[in-house]
Amino acid sequence: MSPRVILLLFFAAGTATAQTRGATARANVVVASKPFGESYLLAEMFAQMLEARGITVTRRPGLGATEVAFGALRTNAIDVYPEYTGTGLIAILHDTLPGPAAKDARAVYSYVSRRFAELYGVRWLPPLGFENTYAIAVRRETATSLRLTTLSDLARESPALTAGFTADFIGRPDGLAGLEREYGLRPRAVRPLAPALKYQALAARAVDVIDGYSTDGLLARHDFVTLVDDKRFFPPYQAAALVSPRLARRPDAIAALIPLSGRLDETMMRELNRRVEVDHEDVAVVARSALDQLGLSGSEGQTGRAAGAPGRGRPGFLEYLASRRAVILAQTLRHILLVAAALGAAMLVAIPLGLLIERARPAAEGTLGALGVIQTIPSIALLAFMIPIFGIGFVPALVALWLYALYPIARGTYTGVRGADHDAVEAAEALGTTPIQRLLWVRLPLATPVIMAGVRTAAVITVGAATLAAFIGAGGLGEPIVEGLALADTRLVLTGAIPAALLAVLVDAVLGVVERLVRPAHLRRR
Amino acid sequence: MSVALTASRVSHSFGAARALDDVSVNVTAGGAVALVGESGSGKTTLLRCFNRMVEPHKGEILMDGSNVLEQEPSALRRRLGYVQQQGGLLPHWTVSQNVGLVLRAMDRADSRAVDDAIALVGLDPRVHGPRFPRELSGGQRQRVALARALAAGPQAILLDEPFGALDAITRGEVQSAFQRVHRELGLTILLVTHDLAEAARLATRIVVMRAGRVEQQGSMAELRDSPATDYVRALLASATAQFEALQTA
Repeated sequence: MSPRVILLLFFAAGTATAQTRGATARANVVVASKPFGESYLLAEMFAQMLEARGITVTRRPGLGATEVAFGALRTNAIDVYPEYTGTGLIAILHDTLPGPAAKDARAVYSYVSRRFAELYGVRWLPPLGFENTYAIAVRRETATSLRLTTLSDLARESPALTAGFTADFIGRPDGLAGLEREYGLRPRAVRPLAPALKYQALAARAVDVIDGYSTDGLLARHDFVTLVDDKRFFPPYQAAALVSPRLARRPDAIAALIPLSGRLDETMMRELNRRVEVDHEDVAVVARSALDQLGLSGSEGQTGRAAGAPGRGRPGFLEYLASRRAVILAQTLRHILLVAAALGAAMLVAIPLGLLIERARPAAEGTLGALGVIQTIPSIALLAFMIPIFGIGFVPALVALWLYALYPIARGTYTGVRGADHDAVEAAEALGTTPIQRLLWVRLPLATPVIMAGVRTAAVITVGAATLAAFIGAGGLGEPIVEGLALADTRLVLTGAIPAALLAVLVDAVLGVVERLVRPAHLRRR
Repeated sequence: MSVALTASRVSHSFGAARALDDVSVNVTAGGAVALVGESGSGKTTLLRCFNRMVEPHKGEILMDGSNVLEQEPSALRRRLGYVQQQGGLLPHWTVSQNVGLVLRAMDRADSRAVDDAIALVGLDPRVHGPRFPRELSGGQRQRVALARALAAGPQAILLDEPFGALDAITRGEVQSAFQRVHRELGLTILLVTHDLAEAARLATRIVVMRAGRVEQQGSMAELRDSPATDYVRALLASATAQFEALQTA
């Protein structure tokens, strides 16, 4: 790789960082959501209400899970996202309330708002008006044949049943672990499922029991039975806007959001969710019509989404792609920028590092081992680790991708330079070349095929891993994938997945050409 | 132009293994000396002391009377040509580029000198110059390695079993080329070989080494007429036996 190309990549990375910073500084309020339909919808309603008051909004939809979204909020990396009081109590505070208070929605709300203010300076706005609790669901035939009406019934039959739960539910204390403790629920097997897929999986008999949300649009669509929480295990899950310490000090923004409090009931929410999840109407369109219905939409404000067709009379896939081309192009460019910056920065560090440890062999395996350990950290976990340090958005994603790219490049450099023709290197030394001359004339050129193999591996890994960067608000092609999966909208998933796959192929092909150009001369000639 | 090379009471060890034990050798300016011995005798280690690829623990290495440690290693090495057994050509450089290596390292690119050196070892600069080493035969590669050692006009040349990996006929041809070069340039030569016949052909003075010590040094005739140790006698006997086997077959 020529110095010019490296400089270019570095420049691109720098520009991207500058742009991201600039955007955050200008757009005062960052509105985020977790990756499921209702969260997207509520966040979009928040965003539109802020915009109606002339407040500039940056949208960061689909952040990883509770830990990611809340981690970002408490550090002011995002300003507001929809959260549920029960989740706040159990998954964030790791707390419970004694006796009857535990089941009292008001008691839970006032407790979490007090504790969040004390511990994090984070503010819960008044509840939106509906609860969205867990709805453990089975197929009607299962309920009939096994006589299931309550969770106690389910626990009795559970050793014969396969559960399909979301990863969030499996891991949360108010999820599987709690059901196990309270009810003695022990399914024969537990399959982790993406939120949007669990209904299909249940309908297709791939699993026998799932964790639904009581306001889910998809729950009503199938012939499922929701089991009664007879021991009243689940706490109240009142939905409310959760506000960052920074935004809590902005009366104009709070005043813009407050009017939604108490205005949404379960019936309305289920209907809105159905339009998003079942009819695949555009989130922005549904949010706007809901605000219109409530008399809360302002005169101005943009929808924030460049494209998006209403669900009814759906156009063909190509028309759909065409209608979203500006968004797809922007996401692809952002994806390329992310990959190029991470890869370029990784080469700038990993190639010299590979050369360095080749000179200090005792340190080599240890260093490579440490870099290798990074590879074993699941992407989503690594991205989550970045939040306390770098917040969310482009920079933490870049750092995480950079960390992933280091190992293959450093390993390739080390192996390549170490394996370079020993006689040639020694002869060059004995003939009076300087160490720098040997490096530039002999060791590096002979190592380029192996180094490039490492770079290509890193590039393809990075293109793939970058789709996960959407979970921490870095944008790119992961954004439609995450959102599409959350909304069970296959077409939306494809607008991210197809360009990402093409990009992986393209990047590998381009690097293949680069590899041929930098290949040592004697291997080039046929 | 040529220099005298002197090793004075040199000792060196690699860890616990003693490689050189109080060795003294002298090569006069323009002279040709062969270091002969089996593997592990210390002959290659001694050769590498002269261009500071090895820095001996004891003793001095002198070039025209001045200690080589006074010279910066790369500057010293550019004044001493070097040829190793496997040639050590840069596989990704053409013959011309390889031969120009030392000139380029000195920032003194000179295509004329390169062509002259290629011609000197019996190759054609126009035919062989643009080729890559892997497109050449083994003998041609060693000729290129020799040309590379000569191109920058060194004051002496160090050779480490330069013809050891070649078949007998090719070896003879490359040895002839080497003799011609030596005659034309009058360079000081220090040659490492395990082959007494090769030493007799290419050098005027022979140093027999064994286990890091010098067993005997002198002309071939002196060795033959009065071998100093049993080892030298055995070495001569084995070389003679091979020669006789040829004669009587």
